[in-house]
Amino acid sequence: MPLVKDGKIVGDEFVHLADDAEIPADGAILISSARFLGDAEALSRRAGRTGVIWPNNRDLDDLVPYLDRLAVVALVFPSFRDGRAYSQARLLRERHKYRGELRATGQVLRDQFLFMLRAGFDAFEVKKPADAEAFANTVKRYSVFYQPTGDGRMTALHRRMMLRHSESASQ
Amino acid sequence: MYAYDELDRTLINERVEEFRDQVKRRLSGELTEDEFKMLRLQNGVYLQLHAYMFRVAIPYGTLSSKQLRRLAHVARRYDRGYGHFTTRQNIQYNWIKLAELPDALADLAEVGIHAMQTSGNNTRNVTSDQWAGVAPGEIEDPRIWSELIRQYTTLHPEFSFLPRKFKFAITASAHDRAAIKVHDIGLRLHRNAEGETGFEVLVGGGLGRTPFIGKTIKPFVHGRDLLSYIEAILRVYNQYGRRDNIYKARIKILVHELGIEKFSREVEDEWQQMRDSDTALTLDDAMIEDIRSRFSYPAYEKLPHMPEELKKASADPLFERWRKNSVFTHKVQGYAIVTLSLKPIGGPPGDATADQMDTLADLADKYSFGEIRVGHEQNLALPHVARRDLPALWAALDKIGLATPNVNLVSDIIACPGLDYCSLANARSIPIAQELTRRFANHDTADLIGRLHINISGCINACGHHHVGHIGILGVEKNGEEFYQITIGGRADENAELGVLIGPAVPYGEVADVVEDIVEAYLALRARPDELFVDTVKRLGVEPFRERVYATR
Repeated sequence: MPLVKDGKIVGDEFVHLADDAEIPADGAILISSARFLGDAEALSRRAGRTGVIWPNNRDLDDLVPYLDRLAVVALVFPSFRDGRAYSQARLLRERHKYRGELRATGQVLRDQFLFMLRAGFDAFEVKKPADAEAFANTVKRYSVFYQPTGDGRMTALHRRMMLRHSESASQ
Repeated sequence: MYAYDELDRTLINERVEEFRDQVKRRLSGELTEDEFKMLRLQNGVYLQLHAYMFRVAIPYGTLSSKQLRRLAHVARRYDRGYGHFTTRQNIQYNWIKLAELPDALADLAEVGIHAMQTSGNNTRNVTSDQWAGVAPGEIEDPRIWSELIRQYTTLHPEFSFLPRKFKFAITASAHDRAAIKVHDIGLRLHRNAEGETGFEVLVGGGLGRTPFIGKTIKPFVHGRDLLSYIEAILRVYNQYGRRDNIYKARIKILVHELGIEKFSREVEDEWQQMRDSDTALTLDDAMIEDIRSRFSYPAYEKLPHMPEELKKASADPLFERWRKNSVFTHKVQGYAIVTLSLKPIGGPPGDATADQMDTLADLADKYSFGEIRVGHEQNLALPHVARRDLPALWAALDKIGLATPNVNLVSDIIACPGLDYCSLANARSIPIAQELTRRFANHDTADLIGRLHINISGCINACGHHHVGHIGILGVEKNGEEFYQITIGGRADENAELGVLIGPAVPYGEVADVVEDIVEAYLALRARPDELFVDTVKRLGVEPFRERVYATR
């Protein structure tokens, strides 16, 4: 499954670790939320980089205390129809100011890329190789956005206001 | 009319190109049907019994003559020469070909029409009062706020994959023509003690298999906070709405299971955390004014209330019947709002042919400043007709079959497409409606009966809003046969109520007889000639009607 990060297909440095696998002292690992919460203090302070796979029905409050020590938070789309992780992503970025890698996992398909990007994801475990290759073009499909999100793109309402100001300034 | 600017136009063109690419990938097999299904639904494309159905949005029910001509063009070029106006200010085409859909969308985009989010589990077309901007006593034009919500909800990156569909309706009049109490979010525009404009916000209304009347979650949300408050509701719903069972996934179930107090606390808590954040959605006056400035209003003339033309025409009883039935008071003296019945005797409710649409567009140019409205009752309206033009307009409408004087009467029936088209239906709706219009074809009888709304749904999904019909008819299937449950006493206005079942379901062949019995019982039971059917039911309950209907069955 190809990983797209910052718009490019890259190798995944993180090893998905099963719950019964031994945790290495260093090296980048991605572990389940259950395992992480079992020993969150120690795990978030291990030498290697640590990422957590956070399910879409688990309250983010349990994760928030550790955010600045995590390298990756991976949110889950069990089906492309299930949009809970979009809210989690925005809350992590916009409310809790999480600045590490925010990864979309599960059924991650081409036609959701732009929504995910706007919600704050910057890494994507893409289900189909062809979708991963189309990433850069797909996220350029739109140039107009009606809603403000943490990605900082200017909304249509604000662009209109700027336009009106420049019109009145030039008169 | 709202005029799209370059930004709005760019976005819908980008949407057309995206959909063109999605259709191409489906036809080449790159997308599975399961993957494509959600994408096409987000653009109003259903797979029905016989063909693809294509649902196009008419936001807050306002159309220009140019747009109506384009809807006619799509009916002619890509469909079978007609379209069906729905209960949510959409138009549906029933025979569209998938490969041609991108071209149809591109044709519509040229005149600022789209099909974004007319189906799928997202925020749907924002509906409003079809008399918005012209109704006497209105607080202000609710379409300004409808358009702000339309833009805010279009391609929302957080809320495009909700647990289930989500519908907004807005009214700014004391009499609710937008059925806000049966929407996921209903908004009633009003002013607070300081004279500021804001909204009573209702949440969790809806029909379907578990009908609920919406509850007030906040009595006053200031206009500038409207979008942030909506975002708080949607965020709570997106996270906590049920996804394990499609029939329990609407927000009404969440509100019901949590209770309105707990639900409103959740929303309030979320809202307080986000309303002033750096991505806040707070609207400033300049933004609101900018949207307002792009709605244009006619340059009304100073005209008399009773012009000569109207005095003369009043001698014609046919004209007078139509005028009394279909012409309504406009906020400007000398003008009228004219409702056009899409319920001809014996016809399917809500259908219009391409030729009717083209002629109506011409009439709108001539008599209504080029503007047409679409209402949830599946009728159309011309919102700015000079009263002196009423006789000429009537004659022209009559020629194209749009002057049936049955608006708000027993044959003005709301019905879903039912088993004739829909893959979800258990029973037919349209032939029941057609038969009822024949039974009540006599306009004198219909006038005598007075206001009476019949709503027919072909299945429990309730697209015909049967729960809120004065008489509601619901098609069910029993051992492979079509049966119909009948409710009475429902209403969708500011006093919204759900109808009550009068007894066991009856077979297809008996529905019209039962409705006739109910109407006869009402005529015998009503206290005065002007006591409406729904008020008689309220006063007496269903029992006397039940007795009448089932005594001989």
